[in-house]
Parts: sequence; C-alpha cells; structure tokens
Amino acid sequence: MLIAVTAKSADPNSEVEPRFGRAPYFQIIDTESDEIKVVENSENVNAMQGAGIQAAESLANTNADVLLTGHCGPKAFHTLKTAGIRIVVGVDGAVKEAVERFKNNEYEYAASPDVESHW
Amino acid sequence: MRIAIASGKGGTGKTTVAVNLASLMSETNSGLYYVDCDVEEPNGHLFLNPEVTAKRPLFLPKPSINEELCDGCGECKVICQYNALALIGEKVLVFPELCHSCGGCTLACTRDAITEVPHEIGSIFEGKAGELMYAGGELKIGIPSAVPLIKEVKSMVPNMDDAILDAPAGTSCPVIETVRGADYVLLVTEPTPFGLNDLKIAVETVRLLGLPFGVVINRAGMRDEKTNGYCEEEGIKILSEIPNDRKAAEVYSRGQMLYTGIPGFRKYFKELFLKLTAEIESLTEKSTVI
Repeated sequence: MLIAVTAKSADPNSEVEPRFGRAPYFQIIDTESDEIKVVENSENVNAMQGAGIQAAESLANTNADVLLTGHCGPKAFHTLKTAGIRIVVGVDGAVKEAVERFKNNEYEYAASPDVESHW
Repeated sequence: MRIAIASGKGGTGKTTVAVNLASLMSETNSGLYYVDCDVEEPNGHLFLNPEVTAKRPLFLPKPSINEELCDGCGECKVICQYNALALIGEKVLVFPELCHSCGGCTLACTRDAITEVPHEIGSIFEGKAGELMYAGGELKIGIPSAVPLIKEVKSMVPNMDDAILDAPAGTSCPVIETVRGADYVLLVTEPTPFGLNDLKIAVETVRLLGLPFGVVINRAGMRDEKTNGYCEEEGIKILSEIPNDRKAAEVYSRGQMLYTGIPGFRKYFKELFLKLTAEIESLTEKSTVI
C-alpha cells in the first residue's frame, strides 16, 4: 500500500504539512518495503488558484492509495475521490509517526472535506 | 472624458462623490453616464433612483466534456492556465468556478469533445435618472470574478460619451478593470490612519497604470493633517476637501444628495467639477504639445 503524507521538507524526519494543495512535498511511503519516494509540489505552492486540484492530480499519478494530511478542501477532495485515493485529515506531528499511527489503525478516513475553498 | 472614482479603503465616500458629481455635472452635460462598476455591492442607484429601462443577464461560456468522445489525452488540461481542469486517469474533471472562459480547452481538444455551455454570472442594467444616464450591474452571489461583468457594464457607454465610473473598494482586479482607459482617476480618502494607508496603496496602483489622478479628502477637518502632508510631499493635487459634517451623514442615510440636501455643500462639488475639468484640459494640452 502507498501512503502519501504532506510534508514540510524532503527529509525523512520532516513534520507533516497541514495544507494539502500548497504542501511543499509529498512523501510517498510503501508500507511493504518502507521505501520513501519524495514528490516535490513546488509548482502548486505558488499557484494562482486550483493548487489542491493539481496536487490531487499529481498524487493520482503516483498511484498513492491513501493521503494523510492536515486539511483538505472541497475541490481537492472531489479530485482525490475520483482518483480513488482515501483521505485522512487532522494529521500532525512527524511524518514517520503519522505513518506508524496509520498502520496501527489510529485514524479514520474523512467522509467530507474539512475546510472550505481557499482555506 | 472618463473619470473613475476609486479609493483603496472602503467607506471613504466614493459613491457619495460619484453620484453628487455625476448628478451636478448632468445639469450642464446631458448624455453624461454614471456607471456603477461596484457590481458586488452596487448602491449608486439608492441615491440616483434611476428608472431602469433595460435589464439583461450576462453569460460566460464554460467547458462541458462529452465523455463518449473524450479519450483522456489531456491536451485541454495542459493549455488551461487557471487549473480549472484535472485529468484523473482518462477522466477530465471541470471546475467551472476556476474557469476564465478563455476557450483554450475547446480549441485544444482534438476530438471535439468539449462544448461551451453558457453560465449566468450576473445582470446588467441601463436606465436614466433625470438627465443622467445610468449603467450598472449586479454579480450573482457566489460568482468569483466581477471583472467580466464590469467590462460589460463599461461597454454600455458609447465610445464618445462622457462618464463617471464608480469603482469598488480596494486595489484588486475589479478596480483595475474599472479605471482602465479612464482619462482621470479621483481617489477619495478620509483623514484617518486607515484612509491614508489605503490611499498610499491606491496611489501606487494608479501610478503603475500610468493614469493621471488627484485626491478628494472627504470628512475633512478631523484633525489628522497627515493626509494633506502626504499629498504635499508626493506632489499630489487635492481637488476638493468635503468637510466632516453630521448633516452629511443624515442626508446620506436618507439616500439624498449632499449637494442639494445641505445648504452650502453645492460649492464643494462645483469646485471639484471645475478643478477636475481644468486638470483634464491641462493634461490634454500637454499631450497635444508632445
């Protein structure tokens, strides 16, 4: 299973970035091999608009199954859902710990976006 | 001539200056337009009470994808500069609220899978208040950009006709669209720290646009001389100072004109009109010399 986590940096000890669309990086963790792939999101950090949608699209291209992030707005939510990516919001702390908590079934999937557009 | 009335800060008296100036000028200039470009919260009509003679909706085209024809090539998404399209697998998602109706995606589609569907964004009004011509618009609630509607409202004024354009507050796109092409911009401010702060931003904006401008100080005499000091330092002309008077607030709250409602107020707007005309004339002379 591939778990994508929004991250403040590319470092394996990075903190979770609370924003989805404008997160500087996505860390994609393979739960079977513990391999980490880092995807840069710099193009969307400064996007005029639609950062969440484009971030969701690039995440879809990584074949991630799950997204762990702080917040997710309605357009990103819709796009991620279309891509079949399940979403966990309210995630914070270190990326590593978040992945562990996910593995221990400590999270619930979000049924709807938790913030409004342009949060 | 086209005179745009802008401010930066909201509530400084843009509409007050615009409707009073327009109405006074229409006494001698028949065919003058008052154009309410504040389509998100228009209120000039409350003072002018125009008789609306025509009202029509404005539509903008937005893409609609025919999934049977679409093969998910993604060309439409590549050309979209506004991130209004996303490609998930072979499915194209459309986000109409982000679309700027440029038509690029429709042209880029190689399979004719995109048709443009009209979306209503607001209404345009035309009318008359005495001798004054009136044009205005009202943006539909939830529509993100006022710019296309402002453009359409401005286009209601025939090319050669004079107009007073009442801008929205702020210095963002709707204001830029309002002042674009104006012969002169009047920046209405109030002598408070907030008024001055936003005046400076508005001055920067009109300077960047290369538009001639002057300042009107509304509610003058509030014992904050910093605004006058700033204008002096920057070499900005103050065309009128409308005094801070409780009667102005009373008359305004009844939706009446200051220049007819308060004895002695006519002279402030008359003076503004004369100075404005002189300013614009001197600008035209300068450009003729060049």
